[in-house]
Amino acid sequence: MVSGKTSLLVPVLTAAVFMLWPERAVAHLVTTGMGPVYDGIGHLLLTPEDIIPVVALAMFAGLRGVESGRKLLVIVPLFWLLGGAVGLRATAMPDVPLQALSFLLIGLLVAGDIRLPVLATAGLAGLIGALHGFMNGAALQNDLGAPGLLGITIALFVITSIVSALVAVIADGWKRVVVRVGGSWVAASGLLMFGWYLRGA
Amino acid sequence: MKTDTRAHLVLAVWLLMMVFPVEAAAHIAGGQAAGFWTGLEHPWSGLDHILAMVAVGLWGAQLGVPALWVLPVVFPMLMSVGAMLGLLGIPVPGVEVGIAVSAVALGIMVLAEVRPGMVVAMIVVGFFAIFHGHAHGTELPAGQSGLLYSMGFILGTGCLHGVGILIGLIHYYPLGKTLLRLTGGCIAAMGLFFLYHAVT
Repeated sequence: MVSGKTSLLVPVLTAAVFMLWPERAVAHLVTTGMGPVYDGIGHLLLTPEDIIPVVALAMFAGLRGVESGRKLLVIVPLFWLLGGAVGLRATAMPDVPLQALSFLLIGLLVAGDIRLPVLATAGLAGLIGALHGFMNGAALQNDLGAPGLLGITIALFVITSIVSALVAVIADGWKRVVVRVGGSWVAASGLLMFGWYLRGA
Repeated sequence: MKTDTRAHLVLAVWLLMMVFPVEAAAHIAGGQAAGFWTGLEHPWSGLDHILAMVAVGLWGAQLGVPALWVLPVVFPMLMSVGAMLGLLGIPVPGVEVGIAVSAVALGIMVLAEVRPGMVVAMIVVGFFAIFHGHAHGTELPAGQSGLLYSMGFILGTGCLHGVGILIGLIHYYPLGKTLLRLTGGCIAAMGLFFLYHAVT
């Protein structure tokens, strides 16, 4: 029978041997292990470049009222999916800081509580959705592919539903101010992203 | 050799090996959390920055709505413009002096309970924000996410304004008005200290 100290020695020694030869652990951040659809959901939730404009867009639609929010539910996922389908076949990416520009544009709209007509809000949502979808599609070409894009679309529907409905219901008085302050932070982040792009960082 | 001596020896070797780790590349998109955290703590890294940003919140609270929330919106926006100038390598003269003067000026605003028009207040706050942004904007450590650094940076600034607003709420109590003005005086005095160091 081994003593307590000797039994401690074995795992310590084993750990020490393993630490001498660390293997390369290539851990993809967005792989859930549950298949490409769930990976797509994880990809959206873990990619601030995508999730923040979506949340900001839903906030903007919520500020504009229930009608705009309802249109957003259909338009953003649909155009994201269409843009993504094009992106899956894209051979080149435009060298334009689209993400920074969408941060800046949506952030300013939320911060300024700009009163766009429902149709204009819907058009903007479609444009933003299509652009981000295109970039997603191009990024997923050799990775998750179309099922991943489907996962992203499902997640988009859920997120836009929750956020736009929440903002449409609560955004009054000081809560509306909180939403607008959040928008200003998104715009400021976009401005900094634009700076990083111009600097080539 | 006794067992406990052997255990100590192995532990010592183990600790020694931990001092010289071999590279283990565990993440493709590295530096995400580190970038956010670095950005978040950046505005808190210098007392001169903290003083000015808290003073913005104090002044906003003193002026009341809408300045209460407009000034903390203007500051991060113009700070981003300053940071962008820094990123592009466009020099802003007298950055350190500007930062110190911002603490002095904003402290005096609170001390004297100056109530200019909304536009003037926005211009004052926005002007000084450019110096703060320029000073901080270019300091992303290598290997960290620029976006998350930026977001953390903005959020950290917003939190400082929030602290200022929370402290500034004492303005709505009789004794609090005087205390708030005294706080403004302290900020101005500390700003003078930083100004002295910036010009000497």
